[in-house]
Amino acid sequence: MIAIVDYGAGNLKSVRKAFEYLGAEVEVTARSEVVASADKIVLPGVGHFSSLQALENAGLRKPLLQGISSGKPFLGICLGMQWLFEGSDECHDIAGSRLFPGKCRRFSPSVKSPHVGWNSLAIQPGSRLLRDIAHNSFVYFTHSFHAPLVTETAAVSEHGLKFAAAVERDNIFGVQFHPEKSGDAGLTILKTFCEVRRC
Amino acid sequence: MLTKRIIACLDMDAGRVVKGVRFKNLRDAGDPKECAAAHARDGADEIVLLDITATSGNRRTLLEAVRSTARSLFIPFTVGGGIRQLEDAAAVFEAGADKIAVNSAAVRDPALIGKIAGRFGSQAVVVAIDAKKVNGSFEVFVAGGREPTGREAVRWAREAAACGAGEILLTSMDRDGTQVGFDCDLVRSVAEVVSIPVIASGGAGSARDFIEVFGEGRADAALAASIFHFGMENIAELKRELNDAGVPMRWPC
Repeated sequence: MIAIVDYGAGNLKSVRKAFEYLGAEVEVTARSEVVASADKIVLPGVGHFSSLQALENAGLRKPLLQGISSGKPFLGICLGMQWLFEGSDECHDIAGSRLFPGKCRRFSPSVKSPHVGWNSLAIQPGSRLLRDIAHNSFVYFTHSFHAPLVTETAAVSEHGLKFAAAVERDNIFGVQFHPEKSGDAGLTILKTFCEVRRC
Repeated sequence: MLTKRIIACLDMDAGRVVKGVRFKNLRDAGDPKECAAAHARDGADEIVLLDITATSGNRRTLLEAVRSTARSLFIPFTVGGGIRQLEDAAAVFEAGADKIAVNSAAVRDPALIGKIAGRFGSQAVVVAIDAKKVNGSFEVFVAGGREPTGREAVRWAREAAACGAGEILLTSMDRDGTQVGFDCDLVRSVAEVVSIPVIASGGAGSARDFIEVFGEGRADAALAASIFHFGMENIAELKRELNDAGVPMRWPC
């Protein structure tokens, strides 16, 4: 079972629908015991970085980190990917999980922000999550802050500057874009995640 | 590189997709779910479903259409028409929309934009503006283009953005359904003053019109209905042509 963590940040219906369309067994949950018993964890989320405070309030931070350290495949989507980093300039009071180094920053004022629409992925060699989609595939983004390029960057996109569109290390995956809204390319990525084995 | 978006719009009346000219003379264009799926297969980057009659009796029909359309659609899906309060928006999101479009209700109560954005995020709130040239400036009209508001479109777009809108869907009433080209002056005047994306609408007739509105009009996305429904321009053909002309497109999809 894949637990889709519901901490009140946005609309999780489309994420659930995409996994169900692929035949996966999913449960949308705010309960730590469901997260603890899941085989895989998806942390979605859109909106302001401060909404991650709800993860703390709901007592979900610990079971998430325990699940990740036990080797369960984890996928952070959009704000869920940004949570993997140290924090964000969007809200200095909330800490990320610090699983990846660096902070999320605002896009330069020289480009339209939020970054909304379809952009291409320069997929880095060896990515497991993105192995089944073509280099330069287009995916759908909607965000105002971006994650830094790190050694674990799995795909790079460009909007005024280059940023990490996807990161991965062992069982931890993060995508800034919305695979559930990215047509066939997105569904293929989610299907790959369904097939990833635990570390 | 961020691509320009081609958005297929479905105007819905009593559960059926219809299309008119200058907001009148409606013709039947099919079932929303089938139209949306066909456009997505053809390469549409997004689908917008607008309930153009939006009477209270139609709410159930709309939610049912949203639910069945969303079920097998995996590209962004915006729904508008008759969203008057936060609860209406919540019901449409619950039925499977990714974004909602507000028009008349936002003009009446701009705080509604912030209320919906506060709960569902700015990325989920599209403010739709219907504008018509009156005495040399663009005036905002509401209630499906029937009521003038005395507001100036560019100023209203800026205010909507400040209230928390994630995108502006800007329709030229003068060009709606005419297929004579987008109103690039209108689009550019808004696109230059807001930092959020602007979707141009009204007047799409040929690939040339899209090239103009993305270039001269500075639009981030362009929306069309008539040309796609009646097979006058296939989205795939259009995107190939725009791609060849150097407009960044999601192509091939």
